[in-house]
Amino acid sequence: MSLINIIKKEVKELLTPATILPVVLMFIIFTSMGNFFGEAKEKAQAMPKIGLACYDNGSIAKIFVEAMKENCEIITKNESIKEVKEKGGIALIKIPANFSSNIENFSMAKIEICWIVKELGISNAVSLGNLRNVIDEAKEEVINYVLNKEGINASFASEPFALEEKTIFKEKEINVPPSLLFQFFSTQSTTIPIIVMIIILTSGGMVITSMGMEKENKTLETLLTLPIKRRSIIAGKIIGAAIVGFIIAIIYLAGFSYYMQSFSTEKIDLASYGFKLGIIDYFIIALSLFSALLAGLSMCIVIGSFAKNYKSAQTLTLPISALAIIPMFIIMFKGYASLPLALKAIIFAIPFSHPMMATSFLLMKEYGIVLAGIAYSLFFALICIAIASYIFKTDLLLIGRIRRK
Amino acid sequence: MPAVEVKNLVKRYGKVEAVKGVSFSVEENEIFGLIGPNGAGKTTILRILATLIKKDDGKVKIFGYELEKNDDEIRKIISYLPEEAGAYKNMTGYQYLTFIAKFFDGKDMVEEGIKISKLGRRINDKIENYSKGMIRRLLLARALMTKPKLAILDEPTAGLDVINAHEIRNIIKEFAKKGTTFLISSHNMLEVEYICDRIALINEGKIIEIDTPSNLKKKYDAKNIEEVFVKVVK
Repeated sequence: MSLINIIKKEVKELLTPATILPVVLMFIIFTSMGNFFGEAKEKAQAMPKIGLACYDNGSIAKIFVEAMKENCEIITKNESIKEVKEKGGIALIKIPANFSSNIENFSMAKIEICWIVKELGISNAVSLGNLRNVIDEAKEEVINYVLNKEGINASFASEPFALEEKTIFKEKEINVPPSLLFQFFSTQSTTIPIIVMIIILTSGGMVITSMGMEKENKTLETLLTLPIKRRSIIAGKIIGAAIVGFIIAIIYLAGFSYYMQSFSTEKIDLASYGFKLGIIDYFIIALSLFSALLAGLSMCIVIGSFAKNYKSAQTLTLPISALAIIPMFIIMFKGYASLPLALKAIIFAIPFSHPMMATSFLLMKEYGIVLAGIAYSLFFALICIAIASYIFKTDLLLIGRIRRK
Repeated sequence: MPAVEVKNLVKRYGKVEAVKGVSFSVEENEIFGLIGPNGAGKTTILRILATLIKKDDGKVKIFGYELEKNDDEIRKIISYLPEEAGAYKNMTGYQYLTFIAKFFDGKDMVEEGIKISKLGRRINDKIENYSKGMIRRLLLARALMTKPKLAILDEPTAGLDVINAHEIRNIIKEFAKKGTTFLISSHNMLEVEYICDRIALINEGKIIEIDTPSNLKKKYDAKNIEEVFVKVVK
């Protein structure tokens, strides 16, 4: 009952508009960015509007123009930049009168392109890049025509051999190029560490802030003289912060996943090669996250005990931030397996690393390291809780020093 | 059995001896005052008795329970009101009293607390909107609504205006009549003369006199306790 009372109080103290507002703001920023990139992608897929002034009646010019018409919206045939601008075009292409004859005589022909750049945003860059691809496709049509005319099988000449790729990965033979494998695992090694980092940072910050606020508002002394066990106060603070941390993390994640979806490209299914997660795997991932969170929050209680007020509590969150961010970057960019032994030991010693790596390891059926990570994190949490209990029983919490007999 | 028995209490902060072998006892239903200037060691003694910090030497018993051996039992029968204490600002006064009441078994505690605080309808306002006097009344209500056997109040009226200070003194007297023992610290010597049955004059970590205010005034031929204190220290 007392524990629930403390948990409720912690949630109420931590879940204030001041805490939620920045998170909601981040959610809005993420979703807006997601919408923006989504729109940019749609724009890239839309037909570019161009002006196409053709002064050549030759057959090769016709092939080029037809190819352009298939993938572009021709808004004018006049050589008028003003008109292209007015009609919202992004380029004016001029095919000179000697275009076909030059190519037929194996002399390099020229096409003049005047790009119309309205602004230097990503969205415009995407549109212009799209037109560039359309021009390259039209160029290929011209090449095919010339080769066929010379009696060369154009489709063969452009692709005289095919790649039959397979990748050996962790003793498994997979009939996909490694780039697709990297793409699949990068989701695990990028998104998951970021998610874990957000949960740790928000919940950890909550615990430390809570301790700082108790001291600043002079409520800690009252709390410590109430008939409640010190360990219930510690547990209440940890659980309360974890609840608020999870709520905040869920809001972040909703915005972040929406943002990430806007980049989603080709999906590959590696389940058929054995890279899939079962119910037990998901349970292990949850356990890994729980144990890391428990370890992190217990460590935060210890650190938070030294906070004198809200301001000093904010400074004390720095070591936690470092411990969450460093393994995130190392796991994202390097991967655990390829690290030197000393760095491996450091990453293993940081409890937050384990849930960041758990999914990838479980996909590869490497249970040993995941379970060892969970056991280590729980041990780490126990040590921190014991230290916190000791601090709560000594003078250290209130006067910053321990009695010496 | 005395409510509080303190024998040769010592507390050191590093090399500084803040409390130097203090001994006193408080009888049941008594209002006992620790009087002395800032830094005399009053708050340290109260914090030790409230189970917040550890003593370096000496023996303390509260209603027969030995300090540091029976802290859990002691916390059930005491209430501690720290100097400049605050309350959770996001809560209303009512929510705060309810939060505290849940640590005890009493059912009517919150209603009693509302009565003591005399906050009326403002009890449903957020604490962040309370004045200093209102917060102090709420905290005193919190400390007394649990009907503690011993209430330890550190400078209960410090920083309050005359009206609020007067109200708080009356509440303390009223509860003493109902059976609560009070251990109060103050550097306001006129105030303790008004409410305390007995007082201990403390200076530089040592108790220099213990008696009733009237006996001390007689003994030192002084008009008030302030004068007594000056004469004793000299």
